[in-house]
Parts: sequence; C-alpha cells; structure tokens
Amino acid sequence: MFPKIFLLVERMDKEMIYLDNAATTMQKPQEVIEAVAAAMGSMGNAGRGVNDASLSASRIIYDTREKICRLVGGSDPRQVAFTCNSTESLNIAIRGLLKPGDHAITTMLEHNSVLRPLYDLETNGTSLTIVKSDANGNFDIEDIKAAVRPDTKMIVCTNGSNLTGNYVDPKPIGEFARERGILFVVDASQTAGVFPIDVKDMKIDVLCFTGHKGLLGPQGTGGLYVREGVAVRSMKVGGTGVQTYSKVQPVQMPTVLEAGTLNGHGIAGLHAALGYIEKYGMDKIRMREQELMWRFYEGVKDIEHVRVYGDFSTKNRCAIVTLNIGDYDSSEVSDELLTEYGISTRSGGHCAPLMHKALGTVEQGAVRFSFSHYNTDEEVDAAIKAVQELARDEES
Amino acid sequence: MRKKELKLVVTFHTTADAMAMEKACKEYKAPGRIIPVPRAISAGCGLSWCAALEDREQIVSMMRKAGIEEEEMHECMV
Repeated sequence: MFPKIFLLVERMDKEMIYLDNAATTMQKPQEVIEAVAAAMGSMGNAGRGVNDASLSASRIIYDTREKICRLVGGSDPRQVAFTCNSTESLNIAIRGLLKPGDHAITTMLEHNSVLRPLYDLETNGTSLTIVKSDANGNFDIEDIKAAVRPDTKMIVCTNGSNLTGNYVDPKPIGEFARERGILFVVDASQTAGVFPIDVKDMKIDVLCFTGHKGLLGPQGTGGLYVREGVAVRSMKVGGTGVQTYSKVQPVQMPTVLEAGTLNGHGIAGLHAALGYIEKYGMDKIRMREQELMWRFYEGVKDIEHVRVYGDFSTKNRCAIVTLNIGDYDSSEVSDELLTEYGISTRSGGHCAPLMHKALGTVEQGAVRFSFSHYNTDEEVDAAIKAVQELARDEES
Repeated sequence: MRKKELKLVVTFHTTADAMAMEKACKEYKAPGRIIPVPRAISAGCGLSWCAALEDREQIVSMMRKAGIEEEEMHECMV
C-alpha cells in the first residue's frame, strides 16, 4: 500500500527488519528527507530579519504551526510552540505551571519524561500522587478522581503507553479536570500523528508531542499546544528576534516558550511530514499499523513460554507488542533477534519504571516490537517465526 | 535611497503574529508587505506590515476579522 522508498540498512548480510518504531520511526517519507535538505540549502533564521531567506523560514514555521493546530483541533496556530522533543515540552508544561505547594496527579503508566520533572519538583515542595496500574497496564479514572485535593493543580497523563501500547482516552479525564478547575496535560509522544486528538473536545490544556515518532518528522522536533488563557512560565529566556530592548522574555505565545533559534531545518521536515500524513490520511496509517500489530500479536500470543504484556481486549491500541520469552533476559532476546534474524527491537527498561513495576518486569525488562505502516506482512511473519524459534530454544 | 513617503506601519508582539498577518492579508487580498520595523518606531517584533495610508480601514477591519492583534499602529515616513 505504501511505497518502500528508503534503502534498508544492511547488517550481517541480512536485511534489517526495523520494529522499533515506538522509539523513532526510522523510515521517513521521502519528501521529509528532501524538505530538510532543501531547507539546509536555503533557509535563514526565522524572525531575525526581513530578507527572503529569513522570511522563508518564518513562513514555513508558521505554516507548520497551522498544520499542527489543525491536527490537534486547536483554535490558534500561535498557541503552538516548538521544542526539541516531548521531554522538553513536558518539562516546560510541568515546571512552567506547577509551583511549590501545588499537588499533581499522574499514573504508573508514565515515561520518565513525565515522572522525572514531577519527582524533581517534589524536592521543592510540590506534592505528587501516582495512580496505580493493574497488571494489564490500565488505571482506573476513579482513582484519579479520588486523589484530588483542594490544592490539586494538575493531572498529567499519557495518551498511550510506550511500554504496553495501551491507549488512554483523554476525554473523560479532561472533562473531569476542567469541571474541577484542574489543568490537564497530555503526553502524546506515542499517539500524535497516528491517533485523532482534539484538544477542545478532550478538554486538554497542554498537549505535548514529539516530531520524530508517529509524526514521521526529524529528530530534534517537537512542541506543545497550549490552550488560550493558560500562562506557562518560560524555562529559558533569551533571543527572540522581538522586543530587543526589554529585559524580560516576551509574554506572548509562542515566543514566550521559544527563546533561541528554532530548529528551522527540522521543522521544514516536520512540515513535509504533516503534509504526507494529510495526504495519505492518519486513519489509513493507523489502521495499517494496527493491522500489522494484530498480525504479530495473533502469531505470538499462544506460543508456549511467551508472555505478552498489556491490554489486547480492545482494538484501539498503539502498534506495540511487548513480550518476554520464559526467563530469558530481554536484552539477550533482543540481541539474538538482531544478530540471528536482523530484527531491531528494544529491550530492557523502557524509561517507564513504574509500568515495569506494575507488569512485574523490573528485573527481566521486556522486548518491545513496534510497528510502522511502512512495515510489511512478510517482516511481521519473519518476526513471529523468530519468536517461535527462540521460544523453542527455551524448552531445550 | 528612494524618497520616503508617509505610510501605515503595523507592528506586532511576535514573529508568529507578523506571519499570521501576512497570511491573512494574502487571504483577504489586503494590500501591503512585510518590512523591517523602521528605526523611528520602538516596537516589539522585528517585522512590521507596511501599507498605504488609505488602506488603513481595510487593514484594521481585516485584522479584527482574522483575530490579529497589533502591538502598535503608526503613520510614519518609510
């Protein structure tokens, strides 16, 4: 359905089968690669002059704000600020909205990009409640509701677990938070570009995203959409190309959160990636990814000694299947998959320490297979066969 | 240097506002172009919108429609 346009990397005389798309989508649309190259030959510094090169950067960056705004159902492209990645976006949102004395609620599903800023603030007088997850990687919204206190300022939660692939519907949480006057911050690292997001309908105050996963853009791109009226304090201040003689950072979005030269070349790539997603259709991309994920899941779930983690009772989930084989160290399995079969996966901890705790995989880690719409049925079948063979080895 | 004329110069808080202005002007077919903020004006953004004085009404109404807020609106020699 989709053209295989990127030369496969060769390793040990085998074609590599790249199933680590939840870490980064390695294969990018050709137009993304071309847009970055073109930008590197023509782009000036956005907002730092009125020459053609500078204006072309400003224009493409503004156009990218518009595309992101449309993608997430926002109302004003100027509420989109660019960052390097989700981690930076989440740091800005969490540190820029919480103060000592505030209380925040999050879940055991979270990535360290959510947990570490919160832990860090805890040392400075912010308090934290972490809602528990069950062994399938789900939490109960009632636990969030029960954790609310008079000083609760923020609920921050993922839109999809990077470890299990479980999808979290932000809408009921957002509706509850808005009703209670609590800020709702969503980590869309695994979902932006793949799952429909509507910040207005889902009552999201700050949406944090990265450009290099489902959005199919270059690494070093990301951002956040901030609801109008929500004032996020800037973490860094400096050159903005505007209000030069003011001693303080401008307060207007997006400049308040964008000190320093933006990654214009990367954003030009993100712009092309968003164009690609618009052209092919996000639903079509997601359905293909999910089709591959289910094919793999069906192929491995009943293999003896294979333990799959996460909730597969619902069709709506990220294209991730995480498993272990017997008592094998997950790193050993991942290494075997790479060296013997040319299959790239991720093993060990996945920057989601509490999720591993809930799944009981702190010691063993887990092997994550994550799919892109560029993967093929044949690649999935090869991965199933590899897991079958490794599980058979476990018996002997 | 060419001879200066009295023009309408709109300044903005951010570059994103200036870009929104350029897009909106194109869409609504409002006249003018982006120029560097003239020295005579102490303003926020390095980019400003320059148009003929007689276009002021059209530009102001277009900005209201498009939800673009100016930092300042000047008449100055450009």
